[in-house]
Amino acid sequence: MTIETLPGLPERSDDATASIIKLAILAVGGQGGGVLTDWITAVAERNGYCAQSTSVAGVAQRTGATIYYVEMAPDTGRAPVFALSPSAGDVDIMIAAEMMEAGRSIQRGFCTPDRTVLIASSHRVLAVSEKIVPGDGRADTDRVWQAARDASHKLVCFDMEKLAIENGSVISASLFGALAGSGALPFDRTSFEDTVKASGRGVEASLRAFSAAYDRAVQGDIPAAVDAKTESKGNVSGSSKLMIQWRTLEDRIATLPPPVRAMAELGLRKVVDFQDIAYGAAYLDRLDKAVAMDSADHGFAFSIEAAKYIANAMVYDDIVRVADLKTRSTRETRLRREQGVPDTGIVQVTEYFHPRMEEICGLLPARLGRWMENHPAVFGWFDRRVNKGRRIRTDRLTGFCMLWIVAGLRRWRRGMRRHEVETAHLDDWFTLALAEAKQDYALGVEILKCRRLIKGYSDTYDRGHSKFQRVLSGLPVLRGRGDAADWLRRLRDAALSDEKGDALGGALKTIATL
Amino acid sequence: MAERSFAKEVQKLRLGAGETFRGEGILAITKALLENGVGYVGGYQGAPISHLMDVLADGQEILEELGVHFEANASEAAAAATLAASVHYPIRGAVTFKGPVGVNVASDALANLSSGGVTGGALVIVGEDYGEGSSIMQERSHAFAMKSQLWVLDPRPNLPSITTAVGQGFELSEASNTPVMMMLRIRGCHVYGSFTAKDNVRPPFSVRDAMENPSRDSERIVLPPYSYVHEKEKIDKRLPAAIDYIRKNKLNEFFGDTDATVGIVLQGGMYNSVVRSLQRLGLADIYGDTKVPLYVLNVTYPLIDAEFLEFCEGKNAVLVVEEGQPDHIEQAFGAMLHKAGAKTKLVGKGPFPMAGEYTGAVMMDGIRAFFEAHAPEWLPSQGRAPNAPPPSQIAQDLSTVVPIRPPGFCTGCPERPVFAATKLVEQELGPHHIASDIGCHLFSINQPFEIGGTTMGFGLGPASAAAFNDKKSKRRTISFLGDGGFWHNGLTSSFGNAVFNKNDNVIVVVDNYYSAATGGQDVLSSRADNKSKSTKHPIAKAVKGIGVEWVRQIDRTYDVGKLRDTLKEALTTTAQGPKVIVASSECMLNRQRRERPAMNKAIKEGRRVLKPRFGVDEDICTGDHACMRLSGCPSLSVKTLDDPLRDDPVASIDQSCVGCGNCGEVADAAVLCPSFYQAEVVHNPTAKDRWAERLRRTVTRWLQRRRETSRLCFGE
Repeated sequence: MTIETLPGLPERSDDATASIIKLAILAVGGQGGGVLTDWITAVAERNGYCAQSTSVAGVAQRTGATIYYVEMAPDTGRAPVFALSPSAGDVDIMIAAEMMEAGRSIQRGFCTPDRTVLIASSHRVLAVSEKIVPGDGRADTDRVWQAARDASHKLVCFDMEKLAIENGSVISASLFGALAGSGALPFDRTSFEDTVKASGRGVEASLRAFSAAYDRAVQGDIPAAVDAKTESKGNVSGSSKLMIQWRTLEDRIATLPPPVRAMAELGLRKVVDFQDIAYGAAYLDRLDKAVAMDSADHGFAFSIEAAKYIANAMVYDDIVRVADLKTRSTRETRLRREQGVPDTGIVQVTEYFHPRMEEICGLLPARLGRWMENHPAVFGWFDRRVNKGRRIRTDRLTGFCMLWIVAGLRRWRRGMRRHEVETAHLDDWFTLALAEAKQDYALGVEILKCRRLIKGYSDTYDRGHSKFQRVLSGLPVLRGRGDAADWLRRLRDAALSDEKGDALGGALKTIATL
Repeated sequence: MAERSFAKEVQKLRLGAGETFRGEGILAITKALLENGVGYVGGYQGAPISHLMDVLADGQEILEELGVHFEANASEAAAAATLAASVHYPIRGAVTFKGPVGVNVASDALANLSSGGVTGGALVIVGEDYGEGSSIMQERSHAFAMKSQLWVLDPRPNLPSITTAVGQGFELSEASNTPVMMMLRIRGCHVYGSFTAKDNVRPPFSVRDAMENPSRDSERIVLPPYSYVHEKEKIDKRLPAAIDYIRKNKLNEFFGDTDATVGIVLQGGMYNSVVRSLQRLGLADIYGDTKVPLYVLNVTYPLIDAEFLEFCEGKNAVLVVEEGQPDHIEQAFGAMLHKAGAKTKLVGKGPFPMAGEYTGAVMMDGIRAFFEAHAPEWLPSQGRAPNAPPPSQIAQDLSTVVPIRPPGFCTGCPERPVFAATKLVEQELGPHHIASDIGCHLFSINQPFEIGGTTMGFGLGPASAAAFNDKKSKRRTISFLGDGGFWHNGLTSSFGNAVFNKNDNVIVVVDNYYSAATGGQDVLSSRADNKSKSTKHPIAKAVKGIGVEWVRQIDRTYDVGKLRDTLKEALTTTAQGPKVIVASSECMLNRQRRERPAMNKAIKEGRRVLKPRFGVDEDICTGDHACMRLSGCPSLSVKTLDDPLRDDPVASIDQSCVGCGNCGEVADAAVLCPSFYQAEVVHNPTAKDRWAERLRRTVTRWLQRRRETSRLCFGE
């Protein structure tokens, strides 16, 4: 949480509206901005103020940005002339029900350091444009937070959404609490609470959220919680025979250069979890190759990235893995936690699968699978029978057992067609990275990172592969250039910025002109 | 069932003389109508006056007690035509719709009404939706009023002024036999304030009286020779009568000192904003008392030469505050000054921008510029040389950070899968020309769907693709329209047009059981029981009735696969004539409003209830976000995993999920990853549920243990 206050500035004498309190609310449609506005006018009237509120919410503004505006002044028996909309540079209290809306209030000039108390919830409601990016399209919250500190006279900022949910309420209640706690309005706590009580619905939960937010706002500046990455790795457990084998792998990790160990440990866990101890050993064998050509001069960057992406490449998403993950006891525990179902509760779970012949073929012995892929007529005949949506109830024994059996195919995985394909691809990529790294270390690192492009299932997976190939197709032009690594990074970023790869196409054209 | 219930608030309509009314602008207007003996009210919903329709619908009981008829009209044209009841009979009538689109739709009826004139007071309450956040083209209804000769009221945006204007509007209409348009800006409609109420008045002459005692007068009908007579009557009789009434009853207001050398003329609706600027410049106190002469046009048409010229007398310069373009009022004033040979300088557009809303900042800048040029001595030192900090770099820095947030489909919206299916079809068959329409479904033009090229008017989606009627084309067009648009105008203008012209293209009716975008009002095809309206008239039946032969009714839009296949069939079939798909599922907002309380009640009463919600297995999700590119659901978002091995955030579904099923259906139809699951929590399980659960647990736990002992397990 953040509370920042600048020293008071002299009141401006000419402005006749000094006795009017001007309050604006920026929210996302559906956040209950209307309820909050009603509460604010009600609490003003309860304290002997004249109040006027307006909105341009419109009934169709659904999930878009909405604005509410309230003005109030002590009631002298004569009606003041209030404005119907906020003016830039003329807002005393700005309530933002979401972090980017706080940013928007600053952009629109409703939040100025000479006067505005900014009450902002630090949580994010992601805009669609942020969510549809194949990579990470989320806006930079830190920059908004920094701007909020600079642009406000006083800033009250914490996660009011979380606080509301924890108290079984909605964000309007915690925003109202933060407003009361900020001291920006000259009214006492009781009158705020009485206002909530008088409004009638969901009073108890609203008051709980109000109270929690009030206390947070009053407490003042609390140092931000120390980054809670305590590096707590989960316990490893298993039969004593397996544990002995695991120790030998861990001993190998201990022989790696110190900077590489943490990532290698995580990677190792991931691949062993995916297959078995021997698979872990194969992982470390590959990693050794990276370490062998690496040195402390580069901070072992190549080896660290290799530790990460070799693990990701070795842990491909086949049906066996999906079935395995869906039938674990830890999965049920997490599902219940996320859905808020107590251990004693009953929950019906439907899984949405759509296996295609490609996936089934991947399960076949490598030779048979290859033969099948080379005979489109046969492949198509099976595909027509296989390729359809399947809803599997894993809370029922038939559904669960089916997946459990599929998960059990793990022991034959090494002989499957999919494994053959994935391993070949992995080896090609890794060999390429090793070879390039010897000439241009940074370029080798970037080639490793390109593995990030391969993800998803079916079409998305294919598109990922094709982007991967297209990005690497830039290599012949880049080789030997001093900025080759930087260009490859740009190509990768472009590939991650849109679905179809338009940006990548543009970037490749640029490269061609180099 | 409307989105917002006014059942509680409408009781305020019963307040008597001397009591204080507190509430929103639209509710105050309804109260004022009743206080002024209105005989009938009608209208068509649309922001910003949607709530006015909802208030009238919820207040029907009170209206009936007073003998006032309420008509929920099929369109603005129907609403305007309803005012015909005031042509021959001394009944006061009021209708409401949004401007300028509603005025455009109503134009035929309004023009006929204006030509023949009225006997009883006829009031058209127009909600102007001008400025930021508006969903319509930015135009003024003022021009329409000028060409058809309706008087325009633009009262100051406070409840006492608005409610007084209602009564004055009726009287002005009756005094001049002319319908009157009352303009309310969007914030004025939603302003919360108070006024002193009067008693409600029963209409002295009701619609029933009229029906039982019919009368007629051929001279009021627009047909030669009377149409030309009307034209002359407008100028010779009605205009002078109106000016006379306006002056006598002081509808326009004057504030400030009369003998100052500068002054401001303003539309009534601009009053608060003008005063706020004067307040901030130190030229007015908080009650609006000022030395600056203000001529407030509560009537913006007709303008009164004598009043204006009198105001200008002795003034060097006058500022006209008129929002929007063309600057009809300023031009008229300019002509008046010119004809009168006056020396007063007219200022308006110049300091003020020709186009766009007069926001607080625009108003302040315009007024300050006017004073700096024409009366700098009025400005306090700070006003002359503003001491405010310069616009900071901070705001600019954020322009690349803060994402835009246009409105979109709600959580669980049944229209989302329709557009997901369309996107999938386009991925397969290539891009098509797609015509959109007005309504929630227009959000499909935004990310993530980006579907649709034009929107030409309510119910005109298919009509707007009418030109693309070439039998030899290898590709068909797709048009969308909603159930609201269908009943408003679509049946004839779009479907009749397509059938008659032998159009082979594809039309999708997005039917969500309501006029949802305007707040969930019932329409003919609504499936709810409505006490006062006739509902449950299927769209498919109407379409067949008008001659469409290829019709497919889909009753669960969440079935993305079926929608995709049906759409594909429509685009490829050899059948002649328009191919119509009616995709029906209830608006989720309305459905939740009805079902959530019922579900909670059932849980409380101990009945077995299944509560669905979706979830994502984070270790299966690979973070490619393909699902979001086919959804855009607010409850489907992304989160960062605490795992250094993962680069990209994974999908995550939050508490607001209503379990509509779209995520799973899309994952299936588009063959996305198998990370989605649906969890249905069983509330109040039966003995059988518990027995099955025990069995399931025994077996699955045994299987899980068996497997887990044969491998290494890594704790989370």
